[in-house]
Amino acid sequence: MQNKTFKRYKTYLPIMVMMLPGMIYLLINNYLPMAGLVIAFKSIDYSKGVFGGDWNGFTNFKFLFRTTDAYIITRNTLLYNATFIVLGTILSFGVALLLNEVKNRFMSRFYQTVILLPFLISMVIVSYLVFGFLGEGQGYVNNTLLPMLGLDPISWYMEPKYWPYILVLVNLWKTIGFNCIIYLAAIIGIDQEYYEAATLDGASKWQQIRTITLPLIAPIIVIMTLLAVGKIFYSDFGLFYQVPLNSGILYDTTNVIDTYVFRGLLQSNNIGMSAAAGFYQSLVGFSLVILTNYTVRKFSKDNALF
Amino acid sequence: MNQANRTWQWISHTFLAVLSILCIIPFVLLFSASLSSEDSILQNGYSFLPKVFSFDAYEYLASSFSVIGRAYGITVIVTAVGTTVSLLMTAMLGYALSKKDMPGYRVYTFLVFFTLLFNGGLVPTYLVYTQLFDIKNTLWALLLPGLLMNGFNVLLARSFFINTIPVPVLESARIDGAGEYRLFFQMVLPLSLPIMATIGLFTGIMYWNDWNNGLIYITDPQLYSVQNLLNQIMQNIEALKSANSAYGSASANIKDLPGETARMAIAVIGILPIMIAYPFFQRYFVKGIAGGAVKG
Repeated sequence: MQNKTFKRYKTYLPIMVMMLPGMIYLLINNYLPMAGLVIAFKSIDYSKGVFGGDWNGFTNFKFLFRTTDAYIITRNTLLYNATFIVLGTILSFGVALLLNEVKNRFMSRFYQTVILLPFLISMVIVSYLVFGFLGEGQGYVNNTLLPMLGLDPISWYMEPKYWPYILVLVNLWKTIGFNCIIYLAAIIGIDQEYYEAATLDGASKWQQIRTITLPLIAPIIVIMTLLAVGKIFYSDFGLFYQVPLNSGILYDTTNVIDTYVFRGLLQSNNIGMSAAAGFYQSLVGFSLVILTNYTVRKFSKDNALF
Repeated sequence: MNQANRTWQWISHTFLAVLSILCIIPFVLLFSASLSSEDSILQNGYSFLPKVFSFDAYEYLASSFSVIGRAYGITVIVTAVGTTVSLLMTAMLGYALSKKDMPGYRVYTFLVFFTLLFNGGLVPTYLVYTQLFDIKNTLWALLLPGLLMNGFNVLLARSFFINTIPVPVLESARIDGAGEYRLFFQMVLPLSLPIMATIGLFTGIMYWNDWNNGLIYITDPQLYSVQNLLNQIMQNIEALKSANSAYGSASANIKDLPGETARMAIAVIGILPIMIAYPFFQRYFVKGIAGGAVKG
């Protein structure tokens, strides 16, 4: 018996050696930081080594939730993500429907190429593009668009009230292409016979969309939405950090959990509260993933993560 | 084609054309600004067609080649090394996890899978990498954190191995005396070219576009990648401008920095390689997204 186990290990030894680099990387990059989450319950003291500070219970959390920051970053994270999910889903699905109608293959490919372009570039570049429009001195909007409408220039990077619209717009611009391709792939996968039969029966395009496409794609929309809901506590750091150029005046409408954690750690040296906010995000985020996955399972076992 | 169909075609094309224009137009503004003269930009702002055409910005960039060339070099090296190592590690781990008889198979698979559900977040990751491994201000900082390998790609590769590599072929090669490593490198990898190409493409783009690691771990300008340089230039000009307006002093320093046009020119240079390569890999890119190769 023991001999057999030994033999099995021996056969698989080369395979396990191959596995080693990847596993070591996951240990360093993923598992050590998970263990490091305990830092949220400690006072940070670099002289005692990173994780050697004294336990201080929930002190960091008390400080965090005593500020209005905790409320603002949670509110912003949730509201922005909810808006992205609703508008993003409607628009990407709509665009996918229209793309599916384009029968000219060259044009279809052309449109796909172009609407994916924003997805391809980094948020730093996006911040340059947005600056080209909104820059106070030279931006296109202030120099050309607003004067044309007879309006005064606006200091975009100083006025928090405009940023919910700007960020939603930028996010949609960047992500519609990506989501639309996923929906398009699903729509193309629908059996053409349904449509042929419907056409014979005299169904209009609109009726076909309502009674064939939509019901057949609904499960995918539900699953994509649920997966996005699972990530609702995480936000696109680049969008909220780069695009508003890290402008402090805008924090009220641009600060989300990820930017708050980043600034606490690297800019305002507020590591305790930053760690507490990070822990809060990890924990709630994890619970949401588990919860949504449970829900996805009810709809379709194949699409659940586990 | 009947009337209703034609109307649908017409609506689709119009809408998609408008959307396409919206997607392209910011790039046009950027490109045009980089080709304008500094004076015309200062007077009239950015526009979609250069009011006064000028190559000054690009000449300025050529004259500061040492900075930009260096950043380019770093981006290229990090992208090339990162993507290669990433592919190798992903494939090897994915291959191992496709062996369901391996001792500990379930545990290993779970360990990979769990990283998709839960993570420590920025603060502990930062502390691990800076305090335990001391990678701050080294090239490792651009290569290692977060980007090198992710569980998602590993599981993707694994399911490809399970579904498309025929076990009998491997068995017969094994009987012919091929070792596991030879099997992997000479049979499995060549058979897995499609999935490797997809994962490689997305990893490469991720490395090329990454500014996050540089922002967090790099403070030494010598180690800036193109993205970090762009980041720095945007922040510096903002900082300088606000300092200047606060003290009301005429801008003496600002002349030394890239002006409005040079800044846009650097951004153009930053996206140009990807824009040029895009038409060639566009098909694989779309396929990869449609096949679920990227996590949204």
